[in-house]
Amino acid sequence: MSRKVIGGPTGTGRDPNAKLLRVVDIKTHFRTEKGTVRAVDGVSFTLDRGRTLGVVGESGSGKTILSRSIMGLLPKRNVVRQGHVYYEGTDIIGLPDEEMRHVWGSEMAMVFQDPMTSLNPVKKIGKQITESLFLHLHMDKQDAHDTALALLSSVGIPEPEQRLNEYPHQLSGGMRQRVVIAIALACGPKLLFADEPTTALDVTVQAQILNLLQQLQRERHMAMILVTHDLGVVAGRTDEIAVMYAGKVVEHAPTPVLFSNMKMPYTEALLSSIPKLDYPSHTRLEVIPGRPPDLINPPRGCRFAPRCKYAQERCLNEEPPLIAAETPGHMFRCWFPVGSPEGEEALSRNLAAGASASGVPVTDVPMPASLAGRS
Amino acid sequence: MAGSGTEHLRPAGDTLLRAENLVVEFPVGRTGLKVHAVSDVSIDVRAGETLGLVGESGCGKSTTGRAIMQLPRPTSGRVLFDGHDLVTLPSSELRRLRPEMQMIFQDPISSLNPRRKVSQIVAEPLRIWKRAAGDQLDKIVETTLENVGIDPAAAWDRRPHQFSGGQCQRICIARALVLNPKLIICDEPVSALDVSVQAQILNLLEEMKAQYNLTLIFIAHDLAVVKNVSDRVAVMYLGKLCEVAPPDELYARPAHPYTEALLRSIPVPDPSIRPGEEGTLGGEIPSPVAPPSGCRFRTRCPRVQDMCAQVEPKMRQIGLGHYVACHFPLDAIGPKPGAAQLAQQMNAMTSPTTRRPVPPKLVTPPVSGVSASAPPKPAG
Repeated sequence: MSRKVIGGPTGTGRDPNAKLLRVVDIKTHFRTEKGTVRAVDGVSFTLDRGRTLGVVGESGSGKTILSRSIMGLLPKRNVVRQGHVYYEGTDIIGLPDEEMRHVWGSEMAMVFQDPMTSLNPVKKIGKQITESLFLHLHMDKQDAHDTALALLSSVGIPEPEQRLNEYPHQLSGGMRQRVVIAIALACGPKLLFADEPTTALDVTVQAQILNLLQQLQRERHMAMILVTHDLGVVAGRTDEIAVMYAGKVVEHAPTPVLFSNMKMPYTEALLSSIPKLDYPSHTRLEVIPGRPPDLINPPRGCRFAPRCKYAQERCLNEEPPLIAAETPGHMFRCWFPVGSPEGEEALSRNLAAGASASGVPVTDVPMPASLAGRS
Repeated sequence: MAGSGTEHLRPAGDTLLRAENLVVEFPVGRTGLKVHAVSDVSIDVRAGETLGLVGESGCGKSTTGRAIMQLPRPTSGRVLFDGHDLVTLPSSELRRLRPEMQMIFQDPISSLNPRRKVSQIVAEPLRIWKRAAGDQLDKIVETTLENVGIDPAAAWDRRPHQFSGGQCQRICIARALVLNPKLIICDEPVSALDVSVQAQILNLLEEMKAQYNLTLIFIAHDLAVVKNVSDRVAVMYLGKLCEVAPPDELYARPAHPYTEALLRSIPVPDPSIRPGEEGTLGGEIPSPVAPPSGCRFRTRCPRVQDMCAQVEPKMRQIGLGHYVACHFPLDAIGPKPGAAQLAQQMNAMTSPTTRRPVPPKLVTPPVSGVSASAPPKPAG
């Protein structure tokens, strides 16, 4: 393995003019005793250099498995992977680990949710950062040390020289996440996956880390996939958003369009279930009834129909395809989209009947409505 | 902030719970050092009220909740509950008061015994206190489960692992309600749940509060969640109280620089608001083993002055029900809607001496050494 070319999955066939990342109909199914879990079930999107895609969904929606499928970080047994992941024009699905090793770290890297468990507790921080510098960039000891130092300062860690000789447990959660980011950025990847990077952190530290990621991304012209359950986190910091539900992308749109003109009832429901700061206190929250479906036996029609207040007979039987909306780049998966005449009609029909076609009670709750009778 | 004082407390006869000057300290090994988890915190709750307690992790909000429950007993201070001082009450008498005060914890799955059936879990408090037996006991358990939205027939013989996190939290709520308590302390009850389930649980807590005439202390780090459920909000930082106010007032006109920074850090689900660097708090919460002198927030405060290192700010009133512990609070009476009305109410309610003029705004950042505090570390 004496390749001197920095990065590059195969060294050949890579086209710098191609889209950085093109994901085509990717499927990841897990075989379990109870049946096949369709964790990711046909997701496609493209991502350009320097752009940010937000992937939003509840736990169990498949957002984490999606990012791991793209990176090829899945167990080898009992997994069915289908579809294509073109990285700079080359399909990297099914590449052997020896070749993926040149992609991981140097071309794409990942920042995980929990900074404590994603660092090695018995290795000094310096060693963990320089590991990939030796491996991918073939640096000598002095260069690697200097680069590690520069990386730690660039992620805003005070006294970097001293930190290089410390262990992860000697740092706070926010500082550890900065170290994880420094490690991910060490070899200058073109694509960064951030999988719930701030969920384990406090709100003021969350703002610091999100600002840091944004600043580093701009400086390095790096593409980023930001996976989160919090629509608030992606709202101001992404170019596009893909909303996932039960293993599928149910709405994909440029960020401003998604918020101003959402079509998918699930996106609408998700947004209205978040308590907002501008609501007066004791505002009754609109809830999504029930729970996400079982991914072994997903519902036959639309997967959101059993919880949807717009649901009609058709939704229970026919699965909607991804439909293009008027705005370019905006796609959704719904027969009765929010704000459309059909959607309005479906909702008023359900309101009149008091329930949706799947039996979910539908009542008119004006938002925001203050709870009557507060003490 | 990070101040002490009891000016924000209401008359003792008026409140169901009144904790005065709570101090909780833990020893650090055999070093002789102490973790100052809670330092002189006073809070009170009226019957039927929800008090929201917010702050970042490590600020002592959970410890405050536990100190009120005497789990463990605080190092010093008084906790008056329904006329009894819990801190000095003998254990046997304290035990007799326990059914009145219940707690709901953050992780619903690990706070339920995995080997018990749901019906046993919810019935256990009734059995211990011999409140009911036989059919009557089953009936109470059934009604309580129904009230929290769990189908008693389906859940009866099942165990916690067969339920989702949201359902487990409903079972925890049923267990807390079954003895008809007066006070429930909810310690981060929704932070382990998904947003859609979080909304279900928050609505359920509001419904149960009305149905069972509950008084709640709601501990959480999410300011939007706390605003939604509370009648009064107390902001904590590093074992001290910063600000106490009614939620709508606190969020519209935060007076403490820490409250303002917290509010600004919340990601807003609106793409037209681009989160910026400005207003983001730099640095991290200092160690509670050796907290800063004076105001504990001064090491990260954008308005810090020499005085903040020497004199600890005390709670003082700056508006109707609005108290702050800060030497240099933000202009609490800004040109915002409702300000004129508030000023009117204030003039009617308080003497002018309780309002101190706001000192001129700082222009130059303090130089370290002069301010006696290290400048906050840059965020990026």
